[in-house]
Amino acid sequence: MRMLNRKLRRDVLGLAGPLAAVALVAASGIALFVTLRSMRGFLAQSQADYYRDYRFADVFVLMKRAPASAARAVARIPGVRVAEPRLVFEAVLDVPGLAEPAVGRFVSIPASGEPLLNVPHVRVGRMPAPGAEREVLISEAFAQANRLGPGDSLSAVLNGRWERVHVVGVAISPEYIYELQGGELFPDNRLFGVIWTPRALLAAATGLESGCNAMALQLEPGAPERDVIEAVDRVLAPYGTLGAYGRAEHVSHKFISDEIEQNRVGAVVMPAILLGVTAFLLNVVLSRLVATQRAQVALLKAFGFTNNEIGLHYLLLALVPVAAGALVGVPVGFRLSQATAALYARFYRFPVSTIRPDWGVALAACGIAAAAALAGAAIAVRAAVRLPPAEGMRPPAPARFEAGVLDRLRVQRLLAPSARIVVRNTARRPLRAVAAVTGIALAFAMLVVSRYAFSAIDRIEEVQFQHVQREDISVTFREAAPRAALNALRRLPGVLDVEPMRVVPVALRHGAVERRTAIFALPATGDLRRIVDQDLRTHRVPANGLLLTTKLADVLGVRPGDSLTVDLREGTRRTVRVPVAAVADEALGANAYADLEYAARITGERQAISGALLAVDPRRESELYLTLKQQPALVGIGIRSAALRGFQRTIAESFQVMIFISVIFSVIIAFGVVYNGARVALSERARELASLRVLGFTKREVTTMVFGEQVLLTLLGMAFGVAAGYALCAVASAAGNTELFRIPLVVPVTSYAYAAAVIAGAFLASALAMRQRIRELDIVECLKTGE
Amino acid sequence: MGPVLFHARGLTKTYHMGDVAVHALQGVDLDLYEGEVVVILGPSGSGKSTLLNILGGLDAPSGGEVHFRDHQLVGAGDAALTRYRREHVGFVFQFYNLLPSLTATENVALVTEIAERPMPPADALHLVGLGERLDHFPSQMSGGEQQRVAIARAIAKRPDVLLCDEPTGALDAETGVVVLQALARANRELGTTLVVITHNATIAQMADRVLRMRDGRIASIETNAARRDPAELEW
Ligand SMILES: Nc1ncnc2c1ncn2[C@@H]1O[C@H](COP(=O)(O)OP(=O)(O)OP(=O)(O)O)[C@@H](O)[C@H]1O
Ligand SMILES: [Mg+2]
Repeated sequence: MRMLNRKLRRDVLGLAGPLAAVALVAASGIALFVTLRSMRGFLAQSQADYYRDYRFADVFVLMKRAPASAARAVARIPGVRVAEPRLVFEAVLDVPGLAEPAVGRFVSIPASGEPLLNVPHVRVGRMPAPGAEREVLISEAFAQANRLGPGDSLSAVLNGRWERVHVVGVAISPEYIYELQGGELFPDNRLFGVIWTPRALLAAATGLESGCNAMALQLEPGAPERDVIEAVDRVLAPYGTLGAYGRAEHVSHKFISDEIEQNRVGAVVMPAILLGVTAFLLNVVLSRLVATQRAQVALLKAFGFTNNEIGLHYLLLALVPVAAGALVGVPVGFRLSQATAALYARFYRFPVSTIRPDWGVALAACGIAAAAALAGAAIAVRAAVRLPPAEGMRPPAPARFEAGVLDRLRVQRLLAPSARIVVRNTARRPLRAVAAVTGIALAFAMLVVSRYAFSAIDRIEEVQFQHVQREDISVTFREAAPRAALNALRRLPGVLDVEPMRVVPVALRHGAVERRTAIFALPATGDLRRIVDQDLRTHRVPANGLLLTTKLADVLGVRPGDSLTVDLREGTRRTVRVPVAAVADEALGANAYADLEYAARITGERQAISGALLAVDPRRESELYLTLKQQPALVGIGIRSAALRGFQRTIAESFQVMIFISVIFSVIIAFGVVYNGARVALSERARELASLRVLGFTKREVTTMVFGEQVLLTLLGMAFGVAAGYALCAVASAAGNTELFRIPLVVPVTSYAYAAAVIAGAFLASALAMRQRIRELDIVECLKTGE
Repeated sequence: MGPVLFHARGLTKTYHMGDVAVHALQGVDLDLYEGEVVVILGPSGSGKSTLLNILGGLDAPSGGEVHFRDHQLVGAGDAALTRYRREHVGFVFQFYNLLPSLTATENVALVTEIAERPMPPADALHLVGLGERLDHFPSQMSGGEQQRVAIARAIAKRPDVLLCDEPTGALDAETGVVVLQALARANRELGTTLVVITHNATIAQMADRVLRMRDGRIASIETNAARRDPAELEW
């Protein structure tokens, strides 16, 4: 079959333009798939390795204070392999160069040196020297955000006194991959950091010379976590435990796992969508391309070439661009996946792990692309070889025109003659028109969905920082305080308004499901913190009962009207039954809200509040910050503007690269599809166009006819693309639904406008290229050699 | 006359176009013999091409039967027809139908590659007087030259029968003669049975037998006393 191979080579050169466009589409689809999909196992694996190497604990517990004997009792619980008592203490920090007050979580390092569990991994500097009780390690994210390192000092109010501690090292830890101040949803590494401190200093600050206020446990392999947790709770019940919990409820772990889960959307759902679209486009494009060679197929058949021989020839033609696409797409995909992995490593602060090329993923991508292309070519070849050769070879039959719907509607009367030709041409080959429209619709949809994450993140930002968090500053007291504490806050400089809040640590139970969380109690009349659902509707705290985030209600299996069992984890520590009054479909978190008065009733602690929300005069901010730094009664300070900056820096940035990659490739794919559509339409028409030119039509008129049809198909494609784009976003949104985050289904008009602009741009670019081809169209040659 | 090559009985072909049925062939009985030259004449639309396509295994009749030697062509199936065309038939069409991406030699080689005992492509091109144009692409040749390449392509595989549908239809007289000479030469030197459709009655003089068609039927068959060399023909 040397001649057929030669024909193949020449055809490839002759069709260089459209095939190159196909190759670009294939390369983009493959690269995108490889990039995103490679991320899938990578994060989970890195997490597991990290946990193992740095002995991330299995069970955690915080309590008021427990004697050493209690810790020993916990260690004897069956199934517990290692039980490490620790001191954990939060305090307001004065960080050099930082106007705002920060909050530090001081975690004890045993006198013996390295902790047994949750081992900090020192990245810069060293561990504190034995006996040097003011030497500390600080977390890397905090260090970098504040440009701190060994040699710097921090001040904190510990035990009522200003203490200076000296940074000797910077570390990361599996326990604090994600460093979150209690109750916050996004990390703000400037204003919150972990500080590993020799036990001696914290013992003095907490007055716990021998006991502990926290423990970390490692379980025997296979030990039943639930039983151990119950046993730990029994042992520690007299010591004000907040309840032991496993990794599943560990804040950092949960966030990371949720993120990894959400990453699945990026790593599985998105590439599946994009490759699926690419596959379809390859299919359409190649079937059209092969269909233009109908007459040659018939001729080969007349000579006695078998269907298999002819089929193979065209399948090879289809494989050429896919192979070229794979040659480019796979290495680009690997490169990008490495870059993305490095980015994640930086964002999550895992110890550096490199991502190895995953040939399985690459093979799958190429296989899918090739299969789609082959199927497209096969459909066209089948259609061509099915035709009796006599028919295929007959000089192009005059097309059959019939009076269509449009004629009957007499719409055409309104159109100019050339427009009529356009409409009839389009309607004449409905299948071809459907294929072209579908291609453009999918390219459009892909453009829309590629920007979806942008709009979703924008919406989350808007909801959280404009509608939900309206206070400028929130403060948390070390101990629940009487309402009178508000008066002191009101007198601080720059404070315009103060609203109380109460956070009650609880376990919510319904049937066999239990969730450790906190009831967030707000005054019914309050306005600084709102409960806002995904549709931006504001919900009031109910006078009676709880309002739950819809997701939390789903997890617990309750609906408004049902009752929940609530174990209070502080104060009276009693267990109460409370009704679920309402649910709100919040985008973020899994929260339980209550009215402040109602919370006081169920806790039995009238008047107690645990913190406050402040509205602040921006001109007096720095003055207020200075004062807040010196409040030993405060254990937490949240600053909205800083949190917003933190959100933008971390969350938004971490997604940016992925989004950027998707956007770039979908643009390339859109261009490929539009160009190809125009190009194939032209070759389908070459003979007809030449005849028109012979009849005396000008180049301009001929061009108008070709483009008129393309404009019509493109507009139709965009119209369907709007629906298809929305549908793809809905799929992505549904796939990204986790316990802590819902990806809101928002598709702003700008996304559609953007997609339309890209398609229009691609169309114009192709139009220019096509115009050139039409100018150069050799009439004589076209008529001479036929199709 | 040699042994029977084609044996056709009761051939019909009906095209359905919506409600209208076009009867392209309405009962054709025909025997063609090995080594003879047959010219088919008839008005446009009388069913000439249809008959030729059926003989060549390009199309299937609606009714009747056709034998090629002892092969039954009707209902033979795609694979069998493909093998039949590959091994026994050479086609020449009115619209030369060369592959635009292959040169003259390559267009011929395309077919000789799948033939059993072909002649070298260059020899075939010399036979049609195109020894100088071996490496030209179809778009670089005149219509007559393209048609001669098509003939070289058809004879190079040494087929048992050459089926030519208006091979000179698009050519001037002089070029037409050259083309016909090439066909006659194949018949003479290789013993190939030659069937030529034409609108040009003069060409009938090169035939052993002349077949006239009308309305899908064979109106008459004449036998020429002596066939003439195409070079002697003029129109
Ligand atoms: N694919 C088709 N569909 C419908 N009718 C057809 C088709 N092919 C041929 N016909 C009809 O069959 C009849 C015979 O056609 P055929 O091509 O055999 O004629 P012909 O004798 O070769 O004419 P010409 O000299 O013009 O080539 C004609 O009436 C033609 O319209
Ligand atoms: Mg004909």
